[in-house]
Amino acid sequence: MTAEQATALIAERFAGAQVTAGIPLVVMVPPDQWGAFAQFAKETLGCQFFSFSSAVDWKADGLEVIARVENLDAGFAVMMKTRLGPGVSTCASMVPVYRGANWMERECWDMFGIRFEGHPDLRRILLEDSWVGHPLLKSYAVDTPYPPYR
Amino acid sequence: MSGNIPIADREGPRRIEQELTEADRSRRKIEFDYSGGERLSMNMGPQHPSAHGVFRAILELEGEEVVGVDAVIGYLHRCHEKLAETLTYAQYPSIASKTDYVAAMTSEFAYVMAAEQIGKIEVPKRAQYLRVICAELQRIASHLLWLGTWCMDMGGALGGGATIFLYTIRERETILDLFEELVGARLLYGFFQVGGVRYDAPANWIEHCRTTLDAIDGRVVEYEQMLEGNPFFLARAKGVGFISRELAEDVGIAGPLLRGSGVNFDIRKAAPYSSYEDFQFTIPVETVGDCFARYRVRMAEFRQASSIARQALDKLPEGPISSMPGLKSVAQVRIPKGEAYTRVEGPRGEVGCYLIADGTAKPYRMKWRGASFSNLAVLPYIVPGVKVADVPAIMGSVDPVFGEVDR
Repeated sequence: MTAEQATALIAERFAGAQVTAGIPLVVMVPPDQWGAFAQFAKETLGCQFFSFSSAVDWKADGLEVIARVENLDAGFAVMMKTRLGPGVSTCASMVPVYRGANWMERECWDMFGIRFEGHPDLRRILLEDSWVGHPLLKSYAVDTPYPPYR
Repeated sequence: MSGNIPIADREGPRRIEQELTEADRSRRKIEFDYSGGERLSMNMGPQHPSAHGVFRAILELEGEEVVGVDAVIGYLHRCHEKLAETLTYAQYPSIASKTDYVAAMTSEFAYVMAAEQIGKIEVPKRAQYLRVICAELQRIASHLLWLGTWCMDMGGALGGGATIFLYTIRERETILDLFEELVGARLLYGFFQVGGVRYDAPANWIEHCRTTLDAIDGRVVEYEQMLEGNPFFLARAKGVGFISRELAEDVGIAGPLLRGSGVNFDIRKAAPYSSYEDFQFTIPVETVGDCFARYRVRMAEFRQASSIARQALDKLPEGPISSMPGLKSVAQVRIPKGEAYTRVEGPRGEVGCYLIADGTAKPYRMKWRGASFSNLAVLPYIVPGVKVADVPAIMGSVDPVFGEVDR
């Protein structure tokens, strides 16, 4: 499996995905195919290694979820991305496919308030349970307005 | 204090005892006399010496055996990612060193590489070599601290426990002396800047590096003899805390843990950065996947790191140390719109920085892929089924640094 073969396979199986060649291969997936694409990346593309997952807040354009997985033997990586759309904060969980997504998605929930459907244990991870708000959203002020830090 | 309590209340417990039925008494008996089926929740931490930081593991025990673990992290969270959005590309590198404070050079390295990749900024050859030397010295210093604290966690089995710790700390100090000569600081450096490094090697520094490496190479042999000739050490490290290759990749653990589980993957070879392709070195791999395998990988890495540092010292080219000399103003570095994910092979594995630049003086978004965070996430999968006494040994072999876990 090479990066070129992977690109061809993705185009064949996921017509709605946009692939940008490079290192890593960047694949923009529609949000409803997020879980299916993760399964495909692991089983068909052989990307067994889960590097990280996170999110980006694009303000008016909504949230974007990203994940990077890698095929260590073939030496290529796939950066998968999905745009949830304005006002949407739910996404399919990758935990059934990659166990490493467990803590990463908990952090994403903690920091961005994205609810991962199918996550077995979606709790805050770095902040305490009583924390108000999700700090990495662009709407969250750097000087937190909430007690006891005010 | 009992003098203030009315007599009727003082006799209270005895009265209740008399009212207990036979069934109640038998239930209490189970509660106090352990008979095998009950579970006990035990807090390990937040202040536990073997955590090397602030970490709370809620262990679910059946007798001596751990059947479940809930890892509670976040005590050292300092919002690095939010902070990075408020600081310029010239300001943040010295803050980056506070994520993994045991290997401060590594995280600075990942951050400046991300900015350089987006901005297509050249780094002079001399700066690249100086970066390699510091990264490898840092690897040795970090592994020395790991070896000492891990052996101390396993305690009395190693003839007093603190013996190895004092030896390794002594050697680590000599490397910190080198960093002090170079940068002026011993723990958090601020050595890297976008476009190069901040300081050039002072007079005699290169010679001093060579003599320090010579001394440490000899000591590492002594540690190996001390430990591997000790049956107690072998009993505590061998066959404990297995991580299969499949689990390792699935959770995304990296560095010596991944290589201890039979995966031949090292970013310095797989995707060379900062002129690593110029040096000859091998990647130590062990296939067993237990604590001893991870120990062996790190011991072999001491020699490889020292060899790489020596080669870089020998071949250190002349020339400028930065493509942006005289960087004074904090807003001087302008990075065009773009994004990059760069990673370096730190002492604990893949330290990655995902950076999105929007063309202003500050990044739009920055994400740390902390090696310790991903490595620690494997604990809930390997700890259940082991004895309580093995938990510190396993946790030590993972080598988490909580500054990097919590960021």
